[in-house]
Amino acid sequence: MRVYQLATAAILVAALGAACSGGSGEPSATSGGGAASGGPVTLTYWTWVPNMDKIVSVWNQAHPDIQVTVSKQAGGDDAAAKFLTAARAGNPPDLVQAEYQMLPSFVAAGAVADIKAETAKARGEFGEGVWGLVTLGTEAVYAVPQDSGPMMLYYRRDLFDKYGIEVPKTWDEYAEAARAVRRKDPKVFLGTFSSKDPGWFAGLAQQAGAQWWSIDGDAWKVAVDDEATRKVASYWGGLVKEGVIDDTPYFTPEWNKALNDGRLLTWPSAVWGPGVLSSNAPKAKGKWAVAPLPQWNAGENHSGFWGGSSTAVAAKSAARAAAATFATWLNTDPQALGLLIEEGAVYPASTKGAALMTEAPGYFSNQPDFWKQAAAIGATARGFTFGPDVNVTYNAYRDAFDKAVADRSDFTAAVRTMQDTTVADMRKTGFTLAQ
Amino acid sequence: MATTAPAGTRRPAGIVPTGVLVLGAVYTLFPVSWVVVAATKSKAELFSTPTFAPGTGLLSNLADLFAYRDGVFWLWLLNTVLYAGGGAVLATAVATVSGYALATYAFRGRGLIFNLLVGGILVPPVVLAIPQYLLFSEASLAGTYWSVLLPQILSPYSVYLARIYARAAIPASLLEAGRLDGAGEWRLFHRVSLPMLTPAMVTIFLFQFVAIWNNFLLPFIMLGDDYRFPLTVGLYTLLAAGANQPSLYNLIITGTLLSLVPLVALFLTMQRHWRADLSGGAVKS
Repeated sequence: MRVYQLATAAILVAALGAACSGGSGEPSATSGGGAASGGPVTLTYWTWVPNMDKIVSVWNQAHPDIQVTVSKQAGGDDAAAKFLTAARAGNPPDLVQAEYQMLPSFVAAGAVADIKAETAKARGEFGEGVWGLVTLGTEAVYAVPQDSGPMMLYYRRDLFDKYGIEVPKTWDEYAEAARAVRRKDPKVFLGTFSSKDPGWFAGLAQQAGAQWWSIDGDAWKVAVDDEATRKVASYWGGLVKEGVIDDTPYFTPEWNKALNDGRLLTWPSAVWGPGVLSSNAPKAKGKWAVAPLPQWNAGENHSGFWGGSSTAVAAKSAARAAAATFATWLNTDPQALGLLIEEGAVYPASTKGAALMTEAPGYFSNQPDFWKQAAAIGATARGFTFGPDVNVTYNAYRDAFDKAVADRSDFTAAVRTMQDTTVADMRKTGFTLAQ
Repeated sequence: MATTAPAGTRRPAGIVPTGVLVLGAVYTLFPVSWVVVAATKSKAELFSTPTFAPGTGLLSNLADLFAYRDGVFWLWLLNTVLYAGGGAVLATAVATVSGYALATYAFRGRGLIFNLLVGGILVPPVVLAIPQYLLFSEASLAGTYWSVLLPQILSPYSVYLARIYARAAIPASLLEAGRLDGAGEWRLFHRVSLPMLTPAMVTIFLFQFVAIWNNFLLPFIMLGDDYRFPLTVGLYTLLAAGANQPSLYNLIITGTLLSLVPLVALFLTMQRHWRADLSGGAVKS
């Protein structure tokens, strides 16, 4: 993975360099389109949602005049870097899957179009919070929301019973439970702190009320080390130092093994968790359950977001209106939403889509009200505005927390490093910062 | 090369080199054997059974891999064969001709060209991928098969290798003798030199084939259309499946195993062309 991160960094650097030197590129004709030519408009679409080609073929059959071609890409940070590079070079796809935290960097690079006029009808289909993620708090609309990831607590119900643990309602109870588990079986951990998943940490910070970025007039305000984030960091740092929480990063083979062997009892994760669990820990089917995230203060009811993405239209697309029409259909039409859920394993961001989720995932057949729970928890999730260089902040998270975990050192210092790295990068790139 | 030890004598130090080679073999084969074993494990077994305990899922893994997106794996494999095979053939041709010319003809600027090539060896191809992408975009070639093939045709290291080899293997007196006999330059190259260069060409071909087969960054940047992906980039889309999708480890490992097969087969069949020094004894020196 290290190699790919370096590669990503290299691509980004080159993309920025190209922006400084060239940037005179006239809209190129390579990216398909050409609405004036009379024939059907053809659009290319970069995404990594599984089976998107099947969903799109339904659209293509109904709309012979707008034909969409799906190119399945590798997901995550690399996808964003690749799109930015392609946009700089003048041949981006017409449509692109944009993770919420990456959208501001697309906007800052001028790579995505403002589609406010074309998406006026879609506005009512989405809640306030998720819509804010595609407007970035401005008058423009840069994408149509696709999926979202409100966070909740996944736990092994059978093993909770075995060890005699109650589902923790507050983070204090979670810490107590972590200690109790260690006392009862030193091979087992209640949970693990992942120094590889900044999105997860950002979600926990959101739950605590963090606001990492905000726009004040023309200036950005960066507060990655605000009080809420420091609270979250020092909480987990304390548990790791005490040795009652494991430090195996998520999605690694070791983590998979621990899940399969029943040596990890909880996973604070997002609504898309069932897909990961069923694939990586097939042996524990029917043994997991969900509950709201533990709270910072008893009686509160907050959650955060981990992941989620939107559909954006490239600024250089020759068929912007057609692309925006397709993006709206994909993320608001009931038939498309049904297909997204069924074929794409997506938890739709639209309010109508969330209501379509009725039958619990097979892995959670023991919890028939899974989606009802998820919807209730989702309503309590709060996000924050992402900045234009989230990838830098996220890489700083990985580096700083890797080290903090290895040294068992102060986690709030790692948060401080994230803040400093982010500010330095934004300054270097030329953003105005409020003091 | 071609140092055949006198029959019957055994060097006493033979144990040390053998030991080192055995260690080297273990070092390189250990990860491969892991891939072989892991490919036999089913989803449930992959992360739960002991590392080197064979599993029961090989057939279902293969079936899943071939069924994944209507068999897109085969397309990626074909693309890879095209990129690696075509690229290696072209690169070998270019390298042989240039290396031969640099080694046997004295012309103005020969030293400069050669030094530039040596300098080119020091530039890792990874660094060039992005400038190449921007250039190909200017030429509206980004995203085409050519965008992956063309940059890999000129390999400075291969030219360097061809030149060194041609210099050592083709004695100037042999070419001189050919000229006296009335052979033209093309005939000299084609009939006299080329057969002598075969071992070098095989080496260059294998080097380039493996390098292109394993190349990730260039096709990753150049190609947008997943139906033109080679195996490396294609399998990577299974690994980086997005934050909310699990990585398809079983399919990736099985796909990796299958993508090794052509390389192993190629090395085994090409090995016999690796005869050293055809020209041994052509002239007296």
